[in-house]
Amino acid sequence: MKDVLDDIERWRAHGRRVAVATVVDVRGSSPRGLGATMAVSEEGEVAGSVSGGCVEGAVVTVALEVLEGGAPRLCEFGYSDDEAFSVGLTCGGTLTLFVQPLDW
Amino acid sequence: MPSADGTLYEVLRDCLRRDEPVALATVVASAEAAPLGAKLLVRHGGEVLGTLGTTELDAVVGREAGGALVSGQSGLRHYGPHGENLRDEVSVFVEAFIPPPRMVILGAVDFSAALSAVANVLGYRVVVCDARAVFATKARFPAADEVVVEWPDRYLNRLGSTLGPRDAVCILTHDAKFDVPAVVAALGTEVGYIGAMGSRRTKDRREAKLREAGVDDAGLARVRAPIGLDLGARTPEETAISICAEIIACQTGTDTVSSLSRGTGPIHHSAPPL
Repeated sequence: MKDVLDDIERWRAHGRRVAVATVVDVRGSSPRGLGATMAVSEEGEVAGSVSGGCVEGAVVTVALEVLEGGAPRLCEFGYSDDEAFSVGLTCGGTLTLFVQPLDW
Repeated sequence: MPSADGTLYEVLRDCLRRDEPVALATVVASAEAAPLGAKLLVRHGGEVLGTLGTTELDAVVGREAGGALVSGQSGLRHYGPHGENLRDEVSVFVEAFIPPPRMVILGAVDFSAALSAVANVLGYRVVVCDARAVFATKARFPAADEVVVEWPDRYLNRLGSTLGPRDAVCILTHDAKFDVPAVVAALGTEVGYIGAMGSRRTKDRREAKLREAGVDDAGLARVRAPIGLDLGARTPEETAISICAEIIACQTGTDTVSSLSRGTGPIHHSAPPL
């Protein structure tokens, strides 16, 4: 969280709303630990990361949905080998993220 | 939920910026009264802000978040709607934010400047300490958070019990006059990593002097000397990488370090919180 504070503060100073996605559970092999946080502004700007780059694109989509009035959401990303470009962790782990608007 | 210090986010932000320990509990799944996203913030010293929905749940999670503040362990926990154990209607993510680990670098030499830069990237709070005011200047160590002019052993004695298993002491003076008292002082703390620079010959001479100073085998075994992994490092920057790589290996319990290409295990080891 600390590593994305400066970006969050800058976005907030410009009046932009912000969503944060946090790793709350990890099973198997995964590059980032519990608490790894990615912040997304309503303009689609991104700070921080939650994996090795595997799921960040999908997280932006979820974060923008949450900012558009969706409820906070728990998302799970796992290994997927059926489609080369489907969203998943190539390292074989499962990652659970909580995505919420920064309105607290 | 606003408090005198602002919203929960603002309190969290200010704690993080001050490196003040704080724990944040968030309801991430709930079939019951606890609303999704509800939060409880527990500050160092015991102040609790926010609510998860019920006073019973707040009491149970508040206690566990207080424990997480001490251990530094974040994790997902499951409860009944009123904080009952062995139930799973409510899932709460308790995230512990603890201050960054410290690296104390003794000796104001070129290697210390490179090491402070690499340690800084790794998230350490870096202090460079040397008794010589002409060398121990902030201008020479821009990446250090603090530059202290003091005898290294006195400085370590002053830090004393505040150094813990996540912290590191790197002794780069490679002069027995400074090294020996510094190693003795470092061994008097609970610091997780102690490394001392110098050739194998320097190491042997230092060990003899340390034994004269009363250091036993267990004490000598705590000192990594020559410091760093065998990467073939030559420059101050390469040496800094070799030292930091050794610290990472020690902290993850990866005692036998070899090339990833020669191993078979998973490439991600579970790491302690930084």
